[in-house]
Amino acid sequence: MFKFSNPKRFQELSDNVYPWINFLAFVFILIGLYYSFFNSPPDYLQGETVRIMYIHVPSAWLSLMIYSSMGICSIISLIWKHTLADIISRSCAPIGASFTLVTLITGSIWGKPTWGTWWVWDARLTSELILLFIYLGHIILSNAFDDFRKGDRNASILAIVGLINLPIIKWSVDWWNTLHQPASLTKFGAPSIDSVMLFPLIFMALGLTFLFVSILLDRIKGEIYLRKIELFKQDVN
Amino acid sequence: MKAKHKRSIFILFIMTFVSIGAYILLTNLRDNLVFFYSPSEILTKIPKADQKIRVGGMVDSNSLERRIIEDSEKKYEEISFTISDLLEIKYFGILPDLFREGQGVVAEGFFDLEDRVFNATNVLAKHDENYMPPEIEKTLDRKGIEK
Repeated sequence: MFKFSNPKRFQELSDNVYPWINFLAFVFILIGLYYSFFNSPPDYLQGETVRIMYIHVPSAWLSLMIYSSMGICSIISLIWKHTLADIISRSCAPIGASFTLVTLITGSIWGKPTWGTWWVWDARLTSELILLFIYLGHIILSNAFDDFRKGDRNASILAIVGLINLPIIKWSVDWWNTLHQPASLTKFGAPSIDSVMLFPLIFMALGLTFLFVSILLDRIKGEIYLRKIELFKQDVN
Repeated sequence: MKAKHKRSIFILFIMTFVSIGAYILLTNLRDNLVFFYSPSEILTKIPKADQKIRVGGMVDSNSLERRIIEDSEKKYEEISFTISDLLEIKYFGILPDLFREGQGVVAEGFFDLEDRVFNATNVLAKHDENYMPPEIEKTLDRKGIEK
């Protein structure tokens, strides 16, 4: 199970797949953007504004997915004390925060022409904003200690506590009356997005996911070097 | 007991504790977490006249009326419509682009108990989860299929 949890072996694997991940990210985003902007129809009600969906929705999915990965890594880190889990967790946080910010900003730009407001304090919007604060809290907490291991430990407890926010974001639109509409894609039942609009959405989602993996691998590499330097310094002292 | 098991129990404890806490908090705050009430909720739990509330529902078809009111200085356009089930909403202002009869809407304002009218200070459009190209919508309309 933990064959690749050795940072050195992980690094070898990562270096091999990195160019391919970049290639896939590039191809999927290129096709996705082309279809989003030039080769998909406007919406029957919203018109051209609907194109914001192709960046807003994948970013929102990623903001939740990245946090789930951080949560799982934090549990592994606390139970099995795997360094790589800490490294992944720490590397994920700024990327997740960025996607959350993109979600909030594009959502706001989308909200003005459709709903008639930039922002409302409904359950979906508020819980997504809280997710941003948890990400930022995680970044601050993991860097708040002289000893990075102490930072890792505290940040992973925060990440586990913050996991509770994920189901709240996901089901906020079903549990409470919100201005935000419910999900168009659900596990059961046909999607309520027409297939010609679903296609660019899926391509953008895959492209941005590969982009996330690419940035993550880069950050992990840097983090491993930083830790080596840190441990070396501690040895010298 | 191994240290690893102790740590697992610690994590399970945190997660259970946080889940129960969140559940209690969210169920108790339910009334504050909903963004709007339905018309029937407003008519049963009648709010105070000076309490700003939001009410949401579907705009009834053929209920939108625009009337120009003139006073000595200015002209006003009074917009009125009803939302299901039959709560009349009056509004002076600009409706969002997505405002349509048969679509969802959330109105913010005050409920007038005597006239049984909701005086909106702000109207927001609420759109549903359906996305489709205009041509498909037309075909669906022609066939009379539920979207």
